[in-house]
Parts: sequence; structure tokens; C-alpha cells
Amino acid sequence: MTAPVTLSGLNHWFGSFHALKDIDLSIAAGEYVTLLGPSGCGKTTLLSVLGGFIEPTDGTVTIGGRDMTRVPPAKRPTTTMFQDYALFPHMTLRDNVAFGLRMAGMGRRERHGRAEKLLAMVGLDHAAGKRPHELSGGQRQRVALARALAVEPDVLLLDEPLGALDLKLRRSMQDELKGIQRQVGTTFVHVTHDQEEAMAIADRIVVMNAGRIEDEGAPSLIYRAPATLFAAEFMGETNRIPAKVTATGVETPFGTLPHTPHRGAVVACLRPEDFTGGTFRIGPAKVQDAAFFGTHCRAHVVPEAAPDLVLTVHLPPGKVPAPGDTLDLSADPAALRVFPKET
Amino acid sequence: MRALPWLYLAAAFVFIYLPVGALVLFSFQGGALPVPPFDGPSLRWYGEILADRDLTSALGHSLAVAFGSSAVAVTLGFLAAYGLARHVLPGATLVRGLLIAPLTVSYLIVGLGLLIVLTRLGAPLSLMTAGIGHVVINLPLAFAIVYASMGAQQQNAERAARDLGASEAKVILLVTVPMLAPALAAAFFLSVTLSWDEFIIAFLLTRFDVTLPVEIWSMLRSGLSPRLNAIGSLVFLVSVTVVLILELLVFRKRP
Repeated sequence: MTAPVTLSGLNHWFGSFHALKDIDLSIAAGEYVTLLGPSGCGKTTLLSVLGGFIEPTDGTVTIGGRDMTRVPPAKRPTTTMFQDYALFPHMTLRDNVAFGLRMAGMGRRERHGRAEKLLAMVGLDHAAGKRPHELSGGQRQRVALARALAVEPDVLLLDEPLGALDLKLRRSMQDELKGIQRQVGTTFVHVTHDQEEAMAIADRIVVMNAGRIEDEGAPSLIYRAPATLFAAEFMGETNRIPAKVTATGVETPFGTLPHTPHRGAVVACLRPEDFTGGTFRIGPAKVQDAAFFGTHCRAHVVPEAAPDLVLTVHLPPGKVPAPGDTLDLSADPAALRVFPKET
Repeated sequence: MRALPWLYLAAAFVFIYLPVGALVLFSFQGGALPVPPFDGPSLRWYGEILADRDLTSALGHSLAVAFGSSAVAVTLGFLAAYGLARHVLPGATLVRGLLIAPLTVSYLIVGLGLLIVLTRLGAPLSLMTAGIGHVVINLPLAFAIVYASMGAQQQNAERAARDLGASEAKVILLVTVPMLAPALAAAFFLSVTLSWDEFIIAFLLTRFDVTLPVEIWSMLRSGLSPRLNAIGSLVFLVSVTVVLILELLVFRKRP
């Protein structure tokens, strides 16, 4: 089962702390959305509002066309996969997964059958009689997923579900989560602070900062054309080139870019992999240090046109430049994004 | 000098267990006085006390009071701990303090206070009133044990249960209580042993039906007898059994 979600005019205060600021967000049925942001940005609070664990100070939550703002978690068509999994330690995996069905009044044989089917989906049908403490972290995580999906929620909420796993397991679970979401078709809302995870898994990323939505869109869009400087920097490494808007355009130390709607002091951002040649001439730059990364070489360079800047550049992996070498760099002007300077 | 620590250990254990050992040994005495020389073994006194109606009924009363009052104390202690741990209540610190405060009051004062109140209310003294006294002394302990073991782990599991559609009653019954089972059992068996041995409150708050310590006390007034040793050994056996059950049920299961 699946349903669209609409959040409108959400505001929430914890005492005098304004945790959510004017959140408006629409999520389509069956969409995989990640809420991405640093810790303390309000993403978990927003998820708790969706799950019914926090009643927002202001605004409404609509799920499948019905107003759910003041409905308790037990009566919502949502389930949550908690960060620490929150499995029931005194129950077998079968009973854990069947818990929601038991609460819905389903008979023992039927719910155990369903639970075993879900455990099979996450590859744990052989362990149905075990207890959670006998499992590894990754396996517990699968049980938590099966338990949350057992009641066929319209919306599944995932609170940093992969946070406790090691990197390799995290990358393989990402693919698995995405596959399961496609299979069941449920709307997934996934909270994370890992931008790689967000890009790997999401149909749409919502970048949050200080209680506000900074940017939202497909991963490639947010990476290539972020709406704010914060989104640009959070989505991956970027070079900040100070610039000024004048009558002729955006004046950078390396030349002039076309006009932007911003005024005064601005920042032009260029990703390290975008030094691929073009009409935006950076000119000769001296290599400070360089390292080989397999798919590319990463170098820090000081451009002659702006000796107080250090740019991070990704070069083709063919040849690692030595410190002191001079490179001639240029980029496509379209790759540069201009943002107002933060005050 | 390796012998010295062992010697010290042996001396400490002799100091602790010699009186108990002597008590148990002379419960098997053949003669009428529980003093050396030992002339047993004989089960004469055990036969005598088990045939004694007053003693066996006191034993039954003690068991009933211990298990009944402990069940009530642990139930109330658990509910108080759950409420205080899971909800933000006005004056929670004060309530918590008031719940634990009776631990600091001597049993004599608790017993006298209850005696005065019960007499004023015109309630007849009985095993029930002794049971109430034991709930008063064991409730703070049960509350403290259960409250201390309520952590974030149960709270998250409770949240998950609610999320999956469980009502508050189902959350407590199916998640909180089973997860807290070790603490609840520890509180229960500790209450049982304390109530089982308790004399002063039981003495003040019972009249015709009395508990075992009160019965033993009235027997003591007629002088030493191996009967007392035999009763003491039985009481000791019951306490040891309860402690063993606690050990096997609660502490062994820790993963």
C-alpha cells in the first residue's frame, strides 16, 4: 500500500528553540524521499512529526488525503524503522515481525505465515525462531525493516537506518532498501546525514538546514544546480571563489561571468571535477600536493591569478602531477554556480 | 606470605557461617538442650515442630504475607516507576523523593505509625494489616529497583510497539513488563525475603494469627530448645531457596 504525503506550514518549537520553520513539502505516492542535513537540522524532528511522535506547534500533515496532524502513531498508516532498530529482545524474529499484525487482531497461524514471508524477503527466513541478540547489526536492521513493512503501511519512515552499519554493509543495504521499496511500492521517507547515501538511494533529496528546507529535487539536480550555497557545500566538495557583482557581470579573479540576480559580494562555486576545459580561463596554477584516488587524482593548486586561493582539483588518473608543477586550468562557465555571500 | 590472604578469607567465612552452622547442627540434637556435646543426629525436633499446629500455621501465614505483600509492593512500585519514567509530571522529583523516603524510616516507627492509624480507624489487627505494613516498607525498594532499570532501550521498544498499533495496556503487558522481567523478579524476591524475616512490624500489627518470626519470639520466652534450632534451620532453608531461585531465574539469564 502507498499514499501521498503533504506537509504544509509546519512549524515546531521545543521551548524557545525553533526546530522546524515553515516546512512545505509534497511527497508523491511510492516516492523514495531522503531528508538530508547535518545533525540538529530538524530532519529527525520532521520525521517524528510524520510518524505522530511529535505534534507540531503549527501546520498540517496530510497522508493519503486525510488530515493526520493530531492522530497518534498507533492509528496512522505509517510505521517507523528506528535508528537503534528497537526490536523486542524477548521475542523471536517471527514474533517481532508479526507484532503489528497481532495488534491488528490477525490470528496466530496467519500472522506467522506473513511474518515468515517477510523474513524471506529480507533473507532471514532460516532464523525465524532466533532472538534479536543472536543477530548481527545488519541482520537486526533487516528484521526491523520486515517488522515495519509487515503491517503494509502507506508510508515507511526510516530514521538513519544505516547509521550503525560499517561502510561496506551500508552500501550494499542501500541497494537492497531501494530494491525492496520498488518491490513493495510503499512511500519511503528516509533521514540521513550521508549525502552519498542520499544520492544512491533517493528519487528526490530534501536538503535541510537549521529547521528549513534549503533545496529539494532529484540527486543530480541538487548536485549540479543547488539552490543555495549550503546545499552546494553539503552535497559534496566545492571550490568557493570570491566574486563581486558589477555593471558588467560577476567579476571573479579569473574573469567575468554573466549576470545573476544577486548583488554585491557573491561566491562562485566550482566542483573539483569540473576543471575540464572551457571558456572560463583560470590560467596557470602551481600544484601544492597531489594524491592518487583510483578513479582520479586529487590535487591542491594555487592559481597565479589569485595567489591567496587554494583550489581542489580532480584530474584524470593517468599521471599524478608532482608538487611544484604548473597546470593550465579552465572550466565551462555553465559549471559555475553563483550564490550570495553568507553574512 | 601467600597463606595470609587465605587465612583471612577462611576467618571471615568462619565468622559469618559458624553461628548458622551451629544452629543447623544443634537442630539435629538428640537431647533437650541445644548445647555441646552434640549427641545426634536426630530428627526428633523436626518431627515435633512439624506436628505443632501453631508453628505450621505461622509458617503458612508468613508465606502468605510475604508473597501477597511482595506482589502488591512490586505491582505498585512498577506502576509508579513507569509513570515517573515515561511521563513528564509536575513535581516529579518530589514524588520520587516521597516514594523512596520510607526507606530511611525505622521499621519500629513505621509499625507504630500504622498501629496508631489502624486503631484510630477501628481496623482489626490481622495478617492483612501486617501485609499492609510490609507493602509500606517494600514499596520504596521495589520502586527504586524497577525505576533504576528503566532505560532508553525499553522506551524505544515501547515507541516501536505504539507505532505498530499497540494500545497503552498492550504496550505495558507485551513489551515493558517482559523486558523488565529481571528487575521485577529481583524486586519481588528481595521483598519476599525481607518480609519473610521481618519481626517488629508483624509483631505490632498482628493479633491472633501471627507470622513465623512472631511465633518464634513467643517460643523464645520459654527458654532455649532445639525446637528453635529446627525452626531456624527451616527458615534458613526457605531463604536460601528464594535466593537460589533469584540467582537461577534472574541473574543467569543475563546475556
